[in-house]
Amino acid sequence: MKPAAFEYHRPNDLQSALALLKEHADASVLAGGQSLVPMMNYRLAQPEHLVDINRIADLDYVREDGAKLAIGALARHNAVKSAPLIAQHLPLIAHAYEWVAHAAVRNRGTLCGNLCHADPASEMPAIMQILDAEMVLTSSDGTRLVPATEFFTGTYETVRVSGEMLTEVRIPKPPADSGWGFEEVSMRKGDFAWAAVACMLRVDNGKIADLRIAAAGVGDSAQRLTGMETTLNGQTPLVQRFEVAAREAAAELDPPETASVSAAYRRDLICALAPRALNAAVSRAT
Amino acid sequence: MKKLAIELTVNGRVRQALVPPRMLLSDFIRQELALPGTHVGCEHGVCGACNVLVGGKAVRSCLIFAVQLDGADLKTVEGFGGAEELHPIQQAFWEEHGLQCGFCTPGMLAAASELLAETPDPTDQEIREAISGNLCRCTGYEYIINAIRSAARKLQAQDAQETAEAV
Repeated sequence: MKPAAFEYHRPNDLQSALALLKEHADASVLAGGQSLVPMMNYRLAQPEHLVDINRIADLDYVREDGAKLAIGALARHNAVKSAPLIAQHLPLIAHAYEWVAHAAVRNRGTLCGNLCHADPASEMPAIMQILDAEMVLTSSDGTRLVPATEFFTGTYETVRVSGEMLTEVRIPKPPADSGWGFEEVSMRKGDFAWAAVACMLRVDNGKIADLRIAAAGVGDSAQRLTGMETTLNGQTPLVQRFEVAAREAAAELDPPETASVSAAYRRDLICALAPRALNAAVSRAT
Repeated sequence: MKKLAIELTVNGRVRQALVPPRMLLSDFIRQELALPGTHVGCEHGVCGACNVLVGGKAVRSCLIFAVQLDGADLKTVEGFGGAEELHPIQQAFWEEHGLQCGFCTPGMLAAASELLAETPDPTDQEIREAISGNLCRCTGYEYIINAIRSAARKLQAQDAQETAEAV
């Protein structure tokens, strides 16, 4: 058996799960297990307690909550990908999910689990940041809301503390006239991104407005490219302008140097992918 | 270590077992259920060789603990068909040379089964997408894609025949 021994808990409701997390400081939450179990198989993770939330059916939802969509801790990737509400309000998410792992992994893995794992080359952390999503962190002592832009603090690190569970992600519905773009290059489709760029914007009187753009795979965590946002907001959408802004953004990045892909190549990818994503967003914005 | 009692349906039969929580489903299937048709490749979710069907959905059995399957419906390659009578998907793999060494085949069958249940007449792109999480080091994939296309026709013909007989 590859994983180290642990004590297994399978609560039937959220309150019991939170009580277990409070009682056991070294407990891990087991949702889809598509990031946690590989780590356990490698023994990079050796939690002494696993709190399996798969029987808490109340956490499995994608629903409308006023001006927001709410996605529960047990919503699987494929359920989110194919949810009618997502197709209607956030087609960017359904589109980008084509690049997230493979069907068998998406059948099991959850959006909230993926966000808590906080892989720097994972797509959804970047997308949550451009959508101004809110993370609902719940413990037996209460709930706090953290903006996605403040949730990710480093490689495999978030602001979530012991005893807390990411119970829900709340995403504001973007204005109907927004356009989006998503571009990625990876070794094979479904692998982690060498570089990925996601953006959303509106075109207001011929000028870019409300631009939010983020990148994955090019730093310690997915990150907003705020320099590009400042440079391009209020400007007319021109390819040359996108290319210049992308070069400036890439120069400021500190991408990882790995055996398969160099930091310089990742910067080149940002220079290529960001203008493509921006062009796509402009053409989708009506 | 404390073992936990589970009861699940395996290829249509109810089975009970006592499992240590850390036992992976892949090890449980091979060692406890004595069903060696499920192959274990990478054991960290990359290769797809250990894919099985849980509630009709293809999942990596190396990334689930057996204890989580309490109450579940599990189908392994042994549940498809036997040497006497192959399942139409297996028959198609046989006829179209969809395997050489056969190591990836059980996982490919699980992926193909899920695809064809949801999309009876898939495009080549949909077939490629469905098996994109399954590594094969022998065939170059083309024969597997041919096999799944052929399996789709076989299953459609079988459905049409069953409908005709029912009428």
